[in-house]
Amino acid sequence: MTRTRSYIDRNLDPDEDYRAAASSKTTSSGGGGGSGGAAMRVIVPLQGIVQGRGGLVLGSVIPCALFYFLRLYLKRHRSGPSKTPPPSPSSSSDQLTDVSTGVLQRSLSRAYLSPRGSAAPAHVSSRAASVLKDGDSPYFVGLKRFQEDPYDELANPNGIIQLGYAENKLCLDLVREWALANGRHAILGDELSISWLTTYKPFDGLMKLKLVVAEFMSQITEGSASFDPSQLVLTAGSSTAIEMLTFCLSDPGNAFLVPTPYYPGFDGDVKWRSGVEIIPVPCRSADNFSLSINALDRAFYQAKKRGVRVRGIILSNPSNPVGTLLKRETLYDLLDFVSEKNIHLVCNEIFAGSSHGGEEFVSVAEAVKSEDCDRSRVHMVYGLSDDMCLTGFNIGVIYSSNNNVLAASKKLSRFTSISTLTQQLLISMLSDASFVQNFIRVNQKRLQKMYGEFVAGLKKLGIKCTKSTGGFCCWADMSGLIRSYNEKGEMELWGKLLNIGKINVTPGSCCQCIEPGWFRFCFSTLSEDDVPVVMERIRKVSESCKSLG
Amino acid sequence: MAIGIDLVPSVQLSRVAESEKHGENSPYFAGWKAYDEDPYHEVENPSGVIQMGLAENQVSFDLLEDYLEKHPEASIWGKGALGFREKALFQDYHGLLSFRKAMTSFMEQIRGGRAKFDSERIVLTAGATAANELLTFILANPGDALLVPTPYYPGFDRDLRWRTGVRIVPIICNSSNNFQITPQVLEAAYENAESLNLRVRGVLITNPSNPLGATIQRQVLEEILDFVARKNIHLVSDEIYSGSAFSSSEFVSVAEVLESRPDRHHRYRDRVHIVYSLSKDLGLPGFRVGTIYSYNDKVVATARRMSSFTLISSQTQHLLACMLSDTEFTSRYIETNRARLKKRYGIIVEGLEKAGIECLGGNAGLFCWMNLSPLLENLDREGELELWKTLVYELKLNISPGSSCHCSEPGWFRVCFANMSEHTLEVALARIQKYVEQRMNAVII
Repeated sequence: MTRTRSYIDRNLDPDEDYRAAASSKTTSSGGGGGSGGAAMRVIVPLQGIVQGRGGLVLGSVIPCALFYFLRLYLKRHRSGPSKTPPPSPSSSSDQLTDVSTGVLQRSLSRAYLSPRGSAAPAHVSSRAASVLKDGDSPYFVGLKRFQEDPYDELANPNGIIQLGYAENKLCLDLVREWALANGRHAILGDELSISWLTTYKPFDGLMKLKLVVAEFMSQITEGSASFDPSQLVLTAGSSTAIEMLTFCLSDPGNAFLVPTPYYPGFDGDVKWRSGVEIIPVPCRSADNFSLSINALDRAFYQAKKRGVRVRGIILSNPSNPVGTLLKRETLYDLLDFVSEKNIHLVCNEIFAGSSHGGEEFVSVAEAVKSEDCDRSRVHMVYGLSDDMCLTGFNIGVIYSSNNNVLAASKKLSRFTSISTLTQQLLISMLSDASFVQNFIRVNQKRLQKMYGEFVAGLKKLGIKCTKSTGGFCCWADMSGLIRSYNEKGEMELWGKLLNIGKINVTPGSCCQCIEPGWFRFCFSTLSEDDVPVVMERIRKVSESCKSLG
Repeated sequence: MAIGIDLVPSVQLSRVAESEKHGENSPYFAGWKAYDEDPYHEVENPSGVIQMGLAENQVSFDLLEDYLEKHPEASIWGKGALGFREKALFQDYHGLLSFRKAMTSFMEQIRGGRAKFDSERIVLTAGATAANELLTFILANPGDALLVPTPYYPGFDRDLRWRTGVRIVPIICNSSNNFQITPQVLEAAYENAESLNLRVRGVLITNPSNPLGATIQRQVLEEILDFVARKNIHLVSDEIYSGSAFSSSEFVSVAEVLESRPDRHHRYRDRVHIVYSLSKDLGLPGFRVGTIYSYNDKVVATARRMSSFTLISSQTQHLLACMLSDTEFTSRYIETNRARLKKRYGIIVEGLEKAGIECLGGNAGLFCWMNLSPLLENLDREGELELWKTLVYELKLNISPGSSCHCSEPGWFRVCFANMSEHTLEVALARIQKYVEQRMNAVII
C-alpha cells in the first residue's frame, strides 16, 4: 500500500497539470485519462484518513470508492483487452487497479513511471514520460539486449540473433556494389563539386528525386498505378510520414482505427507526440487475420459512444506482421466504408515491392483509380528503405490527392528533410533503369527463397505460420509451446527465446494481437547459413517447453 | 502537374493542418517571395532583388570542396564495412558512433577546448529546426510556455509552437543596454506568463544571438542559469552560430559556464540542453544535420527515440564523420571561417556607416542588426513596415524587419551578409547609400 501511495504521490503533480491544461485548453475532449486523475485526487486524501483518523466511515467509504473506480476503469477499457498500459496520464490508474484488482502488470519495469524521477528536479513533459515508459516494452528491451550482445558467425557465435527488426539485408550486396562503382560520381558529378548540394533546398524533396521515385513506385505496382510527382512529399523515413499524416488529419484526443495485429512502431508514430489514440480492431486467426469491415464498423460505433472521434483508418498492405495482401474487393469495401463514415484512409505500402508469393499486389492508388470515390480522403505512405534495402538512407514518401494535406505536409517537412547528398545518390541510383529492374527481380527471388526456407524450418519443429506473400516476416503460431494461454504465458516464452534461445523475436502482444502465442520472425536480416542456427535454437527452447509440459 | 478544380474537401483536416502557426504569411517570408519572383544575378539580372534575409554561410565553401577533392574516401559509401558490433548499434536513431564522436570533437574545438562533450549524449536530428521542436515536445506540455528573449529568430514561432501546442512568452529586451538579458527582464517575463496562467517550462536562448549577431556574456549566462535553477525550469541554449563568432575567445558556451563551477554543475546540469547544427558554421544546410546535446539522461533517452522522426542518412553521417574527425582540417576551417566572416562584417558595417546607419555592436553570426529608425516616417510598427516595403520593392533588398523578430522597438532590421559574393554585397550597400542620399536631399529641398 505504501509503495503504491508513493507512486501516486510522485505522479500527482505533472499528470494533474497535464490533464488540467488539456481539459482547460483543448477543444476536443479525449477518452481515457480523466478517470485516473479523479481517482488519484480522491484516493490520496482517503489514504490519509486510513493512516490517521479512522472509524467506521473508512470501513464503508473506502471499499465503495474502490468499487466505483474499478467500474470506471473497466468501462474505459471495454473495447478490448488492453495489451499496453494506457498512456502516461492514466498510468497512476494502473497502480490503483493493481491494488484493487490485482491485474497483472505488463511492463517489465516501472523505473520510468514517474516523470519527476529521484535525481532530476527538472520536469519532463508527459509526452516524454510516456515515451520513456514505452521503452520497457519487449520491442525495445529485445533491441537493447541484441545491441549488447549481437550475433556474429565468427566473432560472437553465441550472441543474440536479431529477428525482431524488419530490415531487408538480402540484397545489400547489390546496393553496395552499385554505390562503390557509381556513388562518388553520383554525388560529386563531373566537376567534383558539391556546391549546389550544400545550400537550402525545398524541404519536401528535390523535384528530380520525386520524378524518379514516382516512376519507381509505378514499377513496383507493375504499371497498374501511376503517380504524379507533384503529389509526393518526401520525408526522412516512413515513421515520420505516418506521424506527419497523424498531425494533418487529426487533433489531440481523436483516434485512428488500426486492425490488429499491427506493426509495433505505429504506437510511437501515431501516439507519442500528437496526443492521438489508436483503437485496435482485432482480426482473428480463423480468418487468417484478414480485415473485417464489420469489426471496423463495431469499433467505430463503440468509439462514438465513448465520445471519441475517429478520424481515419491506418493499415499496412502488405501487412506487417502477418504478411498478407489486401484483396481487391476488400480494398473497395474499405474505400466505401471510409466514404460512408467521412473519415480518412492511410495506407502504409512500404513493403509493396517485397511481395514474394506470386500473388497480385493491389495498391490503394490503383483501387482509387477504378472506383468512383473521393480521393481527398485517401493517403498513401511509402518508403524506399525496405523495398530497396536502403535502411540508413531513410526515405519516406507521402502520396495524396488532397491539396490541403499536401500543403500542410510540405510545410511540416522542414522538420524532417532528407539530406541533399542522399537525395542526389538516390536520383542517380533510381535513374539507372537496368540496376533497378535487376534489383527488383533478384530481391523478390531471394525473399521468396528465404521465406520458404524459414517457414519449412519452423514447420519441421511443428510450428505453423500464416501464409504470407509479402514483406519480410513470418507470423508464427507458437501457442502450443506456452504454458498458460494468455499474455503472461506468451511473455514467458518470449523471455525464454531471448535468454535461452538467444533470438530476439517480436511477441504478438507488442502487435496488439488478441490471441496469445503468436510471434513475428523477421527473416530478411539473415543469411542462408543463419537459418539452421536459428532453427536449432528454437528447437532447444521448444523442447525445454515441452519437457516442462 | 495536373491542374484540377479545388473542390471544398468533404473530409476535415486537423487544426494543425489548418492553422496559421506555420507563420509563412508574415513579412519575413513575404520578402522571400519577392526574391523568388525576381532574384538578383550579377550578369543576368543585376537589378533583381538581393537576398539579404537568408542566414546562409557561403564564404568558406571552397575549403569544403578542397577537402573532398583530397579525400575521396569520404564520399564513397559502402566501402569499409562496419564492424558487426557497430552495425548492430546502428539501428536508425543511435547514429554512427564515429559521427557522434566527430561532432563532439568539432564542438569542443569551436569552444577552444574549454568544454568537454560526451558522444553518448549526442542525439542526431535532421537540422536544428527539428532539434528545437523536439526539445519543446520533451520539456513542455501543450499549453505550457517557454520564455524567449526578443528579438528572436522568426522561425521559432513555428518551430516551438506549431505542432507542440506550447506558447512563447517574450523576454523583452531593449536597446538601452544593447538588448542584453537581465535578471529584471527575466523576472518580468516570468510574471507575465503567470498572469496569463501559463506554466513556464523553460528559457530558450540563442547564443550567439540571431538576429543581434552578438554573443551573450559570461556574466549574463550565469544569471540565466541562476534564474532557471530558482524557478526549477529548463534552459535550452541554441548555439548554432558558435563557430561563426569572429574570434574563439568571444564566445562563451553555457557548457563552459557549467564546467567552470563544478559545485553548481551538479545542481544545474539536468536542466541544460544545447542545440547545434552544421548548417551555419559549416555552410551545409542542405545536409540537414542537427544535434541535441543534453546533460539530462531522461531527455537524451526520450530525444533519441523521438529522433526516429527526424533521421540523418548514413551517407551524410559517414561523409561528415570523415571530415570532422580530421582535426587538422577542422581547426584550419574554423579559423579561416571566423576571419572571413569578420571581414565581411567589417565591410558591411563600414558601408552602412557611410550611409549614416548605425549597427548594434556585433561579434558573431552571418548578419548584422541595423537601426533604421531615423528613416521611419512614423516611429511605430506601421512606419517600420512602410520602410520595409520600400526596401523590398523599391531598393530590391530583402531585409528582415525587426517586428517579425518581435523586437519591442521599431526601426531595427536584420541584414545578412554571408550568403553572397563580396561584389553583390557592395552592390547592395551602394543601393542603400543612394537611397539614404536621396532621402536626405528630399528633406533639404
